[in-house]
Amino acid sequence: MSETVTKKLMLFFPKCECEKPIIYHLVKDHNLIVNIFRAKVTPEEEGYLVLDVTGTEEDIQQGMAFVKTFNVDINYTGKGVTRDEDGCTHCGHCITHCPTGALHIADRATREVIFNEEKCIECLACIRVCPFGECASVF
Amino acid sequence: MKTFEQIINRIESGKAVVLTADEIMDYVDKKGLAAAAKEVDVVTTATFGPMCSSGCVLNFGHSKPKIRMSEAWIQDVLVYTGLASVDVYLGATQLRYNDPANMDHPGEFRYGGGHVMEDLVAGKTLQLFALSYTTDCYPLREIRTYFTIGDLNQAIMVNPRNCYQNYNVAINDSEKTIYTYMGTLEPKRKNANYCSAGQLSPLLNDPYYETIGVGTRVWMAGAQGLVYAEGTQHAGGTARNDAGIPKGGAGTLALTADMKQMDPEFVRGTSFRGYGVSLALGVGIPIPILNEEILKRTCIRDCDIHAPVVDYSVDYPQNTGKVIDYVTYEQLRSGEIEVEGKKIAVGSLSSYKKALNIANLLADEIRKGDFLLAKPVKPLPKDTKMKPLLVREKPS
Repeated sequence: MSETVTKKLMLFFPKCECEKPIIYHLVKDHNLIVNIFRAKVTPEEEGYLVLDVTGTEEDIQQGMAFVKTFNVDINYTGKGVTRDEDGCTHCGHCITHCPTGALHIADRATREVIFNEEKCIECLACIRVCPFGECASVF
Repeated sequence: MKTFEQIINRIESGKAVVLTADEIMDYVDKKGLAAAAKEVDVVTTATFGPMCSSGCVLNFGHSKPKIRMSEAWIQDVLVYTGLASVDVYLGATQLRYNDPANMDHPGEFRYGGGHVMEDLVAGKTLQLFALSYTTDCYPLREIRTYFTIGDLNQAIMVNPRNCYQNYNVAINDSEKTIYTYMGTLEPKRKNANYCSAGQLSPLLNDPYYETIGVGTRVWMAGAQGLVYAEGTQHAGGTARNDAGIPKGGAGTLALTADMKQMDPEFVRGTSFRGYGVSLALGVGIPIPILNEEILKRTCIRDCDIHAPVVDYSVDYPQNTGKVIDYVTYEQLRSGEIEVEGKKIAVGSLSSYKKALNIANLLADEIRKGDFLLAKPVKPLPKDTKMKPLLVREKPS
């Protein structure tokens, strides 16, 4: 049996594809475990979904091929939340509000704030607390 | 022993030995105090953080016909016009017209005075709208125009209070999240915020104000400015620890510089959710190493600097003066402090990374002979205390 892997994805749903149960079919027909971090998929609007999918490489590939048949864009970087590195002043206000340590200080000597996107669960706390407005949501 | 003049001569001849306050401790440990004091001319200090008591004086020049502005807004942010006809003062914490503030608590405060200052320094085109009651000599009733900093005759930053010597560590003892100028504080002491560059901060490296005084030349966001007065709320007489470091706010500086010479990287508008807007500013101050004692004091380390832990849910707003405990900046910078047996995660509002950057930029400018030191013309007071505002009955 093939090894399972986990991939963080961001799906963009065009206006016409918002009412189809795509995620249901990923679970049911393609044996994928999904962990949805954040979704904004509403009727009559474009939608976004940020999620982890876990399964074999083959199942993930087939699942994504299925998703693409609905005109849904797949962003494999899975970045629903961004931090502007140039604008960030590294003040460190965000770090105690980030529940997973995605935003953290790696080097105590310089206190540079690092953003590890892999660990981001899209809670949006950083967007609320950043005094400089340097964290943002794609949707 | 060196004199100011000798140090300035060495800078002018490009021979000055300059280290940052971050480097000097290890250097002195290695060389010894006496040898290092002979060798080192200047130690650079710096800080980058929110400094609410900041603002700027702008002069627009005269329109045709002329206006005596009696009310004015830049980017819909109110400016003070109680000055000469086309002079205005823009304050960093001024909100934008129609900002809902905390009507829907906590408010977002996305744009205000600090952001206008950032945009101005960044060279953006801004809107001026002004009204007048009109006079015989100033007949124009209303003006709406667009300008950049280059169009202004003067854009001078005039900050009544910057560079707090030391500062509180804020925690929240209550059961609900609170929104303060010290950031968002989670209930039940879940997090703590501090705001100082600690061992790199200017007045912590000159705790008795022996070299920094009125007239000292300072690096303000890349421009060469100066200390024009003691800062507001300057309280040099604050209690000190064994290392001579004040155990609370203590000294402050009033600073001024030409905004046209500033680098926008170090002039940043800030929005504090539920609190308001402010300005984060980068300041660097050189300390001339006149003798061993002055050098010794620049070797202060985070472990020797104590900051008071204060509850911002009751004690700060009610002005009780209660300090829960003292912690060192070494503990704060470790990311966790322990207060009354509880471990608390620590965040900050002051950027050490930017402060380090500024200390290095200033050191380079001094080494190149581009930034000369200025001898203070008046010392900062060492014995003053902070007075409260008393609520009195009307005198009969």
